[in-house]
Amino acid sequence: MSELKTIPLLQELFGDTILETHAHRGDETVIIAPDSLLEVAGKLQQEEKLNFNFLMDLTAVDYLKMDRPKRFEVVYHFYSLARNCRLRIKVQIDDGEKVPSLTPLWKTADWFERETAEMYGIKFDGHPDLRPLLLYPEFKGYPLRKDYDQRAAHPLVEKRRGESA
Amino acid sequence: MSDKRSTPRNDLNIETMEINLGPSHPTTHGIIQMQLKVAGEDVIEADTIIGYLHRGFEKMCEAHNWNQAVIYTDRLNYVSPVINNVGYHLAVEKLMDIDVPPRGQYTRMILSELMRICDHQTALAAAAMELGGFTPFLYLMKGRELWWELLERVVGARVTTSFTRIGGMVADLPDWFADAALEIVEETRNINKEVHTLLTRNRIFIDRTRGVGYISAEDAISYGFTGPMLRSVGVEYDVRVAEPYLAYNDIDFEIPIMTNGDVYDRFYIRMLEIDQSCRIIEQGLAKLPEGPVNNLDKNISLPSKEQVYGSIEGLMAHFKLLMKDNGVRPEAGEAYHAIEAANGELGFYLVSTGDLRPHKCRVRPTCMPFTQALPQMIKQGMIADIVPCFGSINMIGGELDR
Repeated sequence: MSELKTIPLLQELFGDTILETHAHRGDETVIIAPDSLLEVAGKLQQEEKLNFNFLMDLTAVDYLKMDRPKRFEVVYHFYSLARNCRLRIKVQIDDGEKVPSLTPLWKTADWFERETAEMYGIKFDGHPDLRPLLLYPEFKGYPLRKDYDQRAAHPLVEKRRGESA
Repeated sequence: MSDKRSTPRNDLNIETMEINLGPSHPTTHGIIQMQLKVAGEDVIEADTIIGYLHRGFEKMCEAHNWNQAVIYTDRLNYVSPVINNVGYHLAVEKLMDIDVPPRGQYTRMILSELMRICDHQTALAAAAMELGGFTPFLYLMKGRELWWELLERVVGARVTTSFTRIGGMVADLPDWFADAALEIVEETRNINKEVHTLLTRNRIFIDRTRGVGYISAEDAISYGFTGPMLRSVGVEYDVRVAEPYLAYNDIDFEIPIMTNGDVYDRFYIRMLEIDQSCRIIEQGLAKLPEGPVNNLDKNISLPSKEQVYGSIEGLMAHFKLLMKDNGVRPEAGEAYHAIEAANGELGFYLVSTGDLRPHKCRVRPTCMPFTQALPQMIKQGMIADIVPCFGSINMIGGELDR
């Protein structure tokens, strides 16, 4: 397993903000509290020695009935082009809790957050436009939650008329 | 390169109008809707509506075991399915911490490059046709057909390949493969030459694509661009070089970089990448090591069909991996593995809880950032510029909407 490139730097910079770290299969992972996400992400992007300029992926995982203090985990994958290394940041939240949006820092967060919001019902605080992305506006439920009934039938939607673009 | 882009002619006092382009329109292949606000021919504002091909990829993967999920990956980028198969299984193998023998890695690499050529040829062909160039379309499609026929002879399918398995491949490459592939490599190079004269050195094509759909390097990074789109704005990032996987470390190839960030560069870079992929295939075939393609651990790799039907051990191993409540159970944990697909970084984020099924199987859709940035690229341009710009991002509906 390769040595840790980023976790020691983060521990030095953020100290107690970091709740937990691991590097399973070499993927450096840091768990932080939702309130500190915007600050940490901002530092990741702007701090010279961290220099994570890419937000590669953003998603969530539902740990329903898994004996965890919080139900959801929102997962961010960052990549640093200059340092050629990756970092995974996770925040843990319960149903109904909000996560700050990363749209002020990365434009790509816009659609990824819209998708995560419609699939898991997670609200992103400060997102400019949380319309559903892949699903249609009338869709009820959050399909990627573990308690979503996979055989749920959805009624046909009435034809939309006269709506402007 | 923004000199050619028109500014709205306010002096003519043109009323703005809202129009829909797509979802069912010949140029919006892959099904996407663009809601445009136009003033005459100028696009003032744009919004893209996607999701018409959403099938619930993640939900389906969560409902099937680790081996079965590969069939859904075929349907992500259906122009280069083997790359998705490889990407998924490399992620599973990372999660399980297992190795694939060198021959398996080379086989995967050769097939991935073959698919990359097909993908680029398709993108170029579609774009050429939409701009009125029917001849390059036919030449490129003929070239793609040669690869797809080869693939069909090896895999048995053109699109629904599912050719990788945990720990290796479904089967080894046949004996005749190298000769057949090298012949097509030569043919591909000839086609590339012809297309250069017909397309990239064609005045009409250049005029329609130069300076169109411009995006800056800064915006491209903020939008999360990868692949040819990112390399066309001068940023050097290719997963094959940055984090070499499979056998890319042993291969000598170049990463073409362009700097203008317009539609022309995106197509030109794809042309150059086809040449590089040809080089990789040649070297890969020359260096193809002997030995098994599959990891020989019976608890991981599925036995070959000959073993399943020909021996009791093979049959048992087969059932122990596929019967209900049996199969591979990666240790609880998570892994993200990225590969360079034809369009850019294709990442799989897998979470295992030690169960027979993935707890989470997320795919980072390569073309989603491009599609998200589309309004910015077409704004302030003309309606007619939308078509080449949309062609250049090479949006693949199956992957975008999952």
